[in-house]
Order: sequence, then C-alpha cells, then structure tokens
Amino acid sequence: MDDLKQELKENIVEQLNLEDIAVEDIDDNDMLFGDGLGLDSIDALELIVMLDKNYGIKLTDPKEGRAIFESIDVMAKYIFENRTK
Amino acid sequence: MKAVYINSVGSISSQKTFDNSSFLDEIISYDDNIILAVDPNYKDYISPANSRRMAKGVKMGVVASKIALNEANLDTVDAIITGTGMGCLKDSKKFLSAIIDNDEQFLTPTSFIQSTHNTVGGQIALGLQCKGYNFTYVHASISFESAVLDAKLMLENNEANTVLVGGVDEIEDYTCSLHKLVNHIKKEKVNSTDLLYSKTEGAVFSEGANFFVLSNLKQDSSYAQIVAISTYNTLKTNITDVANTFLKENNLNIEAIDLLVLGNNGDVTYDRFYNELSSGIFENTQQVYYKHLCGEFNTASSFGVWLASKILKTQKLPEAVKLNDIQGSNYKTILLYNQYRGENHSFTLLRRC
Repeated sequence: MDDLKQELKENIVEQLNLEDIAVEDIDDNDMLFGDGLGLDSIDALELIVMLDKNYGIKLTDPKEGRAIFESIDVMAKYIFENRTK
Repeated sequence: MKAVYINSVGSISSQKTFDNSSFLDEIISYDDNIILAVDPNYKDYISPANSRRMAKGVKMGVVASKIALNEANLDTVDAIITGTGMGCLKDSKKFLSAIIDNDEQFLTPTSFIQSTHNTVGGQIALGLQCKGYNFTYVHASISFESAVLDAKLMLENNEANTVLVGGVDEIEDYTCSLHKLVNHIKKEKVNSTDLLYSKTEGAVFSEGANFFVLSNLKQDSSYAQIVAISTYNTLKTNITDVANTFLKENNLNIEAIDLLVLGNNGDVTYDRFYNELSSGIFENTQQVYYKHLCGEFNTASSFGVWLASKILKTQKLPEAVKLNDIQGSNYKTILLYNQYRGENHSFTLLRRC
C-alpha cells in the first residue's frame, strides 16, 4: 500500500504539472481538491483517465470521483480494492 | 476616421527584449539553424497555479501582453486580437501523440484544451477577466498583420478605444524535424551575422511573442502611428509595382520613407523579393533587417513592428540591424515589408507621433 501511495503522489505531481509541489510535500491525508493541493475540475478529469489507464478502473459516474479523490489515502484504498491491472 | 497609435509594446524574442527600459543594448549572437526565445522569469508574471498547464507559447504570449499592458498603465482593454501561424504546437503534438500511443484511448483534457490556436488569446482574457471582442487570426505569415488590420478598423471606427494586439509562435521539435526534411529550415548552422551571406535554401527558425496596446487615443508616451497596412497572399505583378501602388495609395513618394525595415531571412530562393526593393526603388533609402536577431517564424514580422516602434520613439538605430551604409538621423516615416516563401507579402507604414 505504501508503494502505491508513493506511485500515486509521483504520478499526480508529474501528470498534473504541479510545478511548486514536491512528492514529499504531499501527506497521505491532505485534501487533493479545495484547500489542500488546490486541484480543480480539469485535474479531476486527468485523474479519471489515470485510473483507467494505469489501474483498469473505469469511473462511469464522474461524481464518484469526488469521494475517491479526497486524499491519497482514500484513493490508494479504492485502487487497491478495485484495480484490474 | 480616428488615427491609430501604438501606445505600448511587450516583446519576448531570442534577444533580451522583455525589458522595455533597454533597446537591443546587448545583442545575442547565435550559430544555429533553430534558435529559442530568451525566457524572462515567468513566475514574476504568472502564478505557478496558472502557469502549470501553459506551454512556452502561451507563457510568452501572456507575459508579452502583461509587459505591454503594464507600460500602457492599463488593467484591461476593449478587445484582444492575436495572430499565430501555427498556434500551440507543443500541446497539439502532445495530444496527437497521446492519440497514437494510447490507441485512441485514455485521452486527457489538458493538452487538448491548451492546443487550440486561440489558447493564448483565451488565457490573456481569462487573466484580465476581459469579456470583450476576442479573436485569433491564423493566416500563416500574415497572421499578425491580419490582427493589426482588424484592430485598426475597430479603432478607426471608434468601435473600441484600446486593443491588445500581438503575434505569437513557438518552436516544437517534431514540427521542426519536418521543416528540415523539406528544407524550410537550413541544413547547416548559420552565424547570426552571416545570415544574409548564406547561399542555401531555408531559414533559421525561431519563436517569440510581440504584443502592442493600440489605441485611438494618443499619449505622450505613444510609440508611433499606424498609418496603413496591406497584405497580399500572392502577387499578380512584381513587388516593386506593389510597393509603388501602396505608397501612392497613401499619398507618399519613395523619398518620404526615412527607413525601410525588411524581413530578409537568408533564404537564397526567396530573399530576391527583398533584394528587388533594397537594390531597386529604395536603393537610396536607409534600410534595416531583423531576422538575424529574432529568427523566422510566422509572426516574426511582429518583431519588425516592435523594432520600428522603438526606433521611432527613441530615434536610435542599433548598429546590428543596419543593412546598408546610408545614414539617417530623423526618423519620421518607416515602411516595413515582409513575406515568407514568396507568399503572404505585407506592407506596414508607421509614422512618428
């Protein structure tokens, strides 16, 4: 699980071009949207594609993302339980 | 009809032109066939949150426009008109590559959103919260001139009082490799100072963004008046006849032109258009060129307008741009001529305020 969390942090920083944020700056329980990392709706779409491409998880309802993308901790748990690759 | 003035400028090019307090005081010489723009510190102008999705072309356009707006002491404008020949190439390539690499699946939105030609105009408007007229011209090497012409018509007819106009294009590696294949880019590296002695096909490619606040309200700090601008996709006659007709339409003769600004790019096949004018009817006119400084790109002529504006305002002519030995001292009327690969010719006439 720790490896998955680290992988997620690296992918988020790289794919979302978070220029001023290092992987070490992201805590497992930090909010990804809003007051946390400050991600926005375009980032949410990027994360949905990332789930599909990297872990074989298709989110049919984008509203599901609101709960799944709450934090690295929540996201990693969801991927661990639902991944197909 | 109202007169149209250049009230401020902002330039990012392969020279250090982003500082308006200097004017080509220090020339950067290159020995290459592709040269890149000198980056200002983008973080001084754009927050990391806003810049993280911007490729270089968007950053250059946004920052050049901010420099121009700062100089004009404006928070916003009535309209934003952009010219770009190739648009946001880096994100276009990124998006198209993702389509191929991922077998048309897993397409992400960012590079698609950022890949459109009007991304620069859109990002400038978003930053300014400007909901006015916003248009992007994609007309190859007369993209910038088309934008200026649109702004000029709006200002002359008092449909707007201030218009932000600019030209922007960025270098992208894969596109450059294609241009090299068809000899649009020179095969060999060329030293900046030797560009016009080149005996080979193609040009030295580059990138940049030059933005201007145009207005029908003259200020003490205005750079120049834009008297006329004309574009010609293809020529039905020789360039000398076209130049004579353009001057006649503006009630000018050749002696009225104090300085001729030419867009020579060292392409042995197409510099003949410039040579026809420089050694023909303008033989006795002082001449300058600039693409050895800023390279060739679809909106490189916007650098020419930046150069001419600076000359008219400062009445100084940098040694590095001189094309002939004729000396001048009082620059009142400047004529600019540009073309690319024998098409999309343009004449622009600027006058001292």
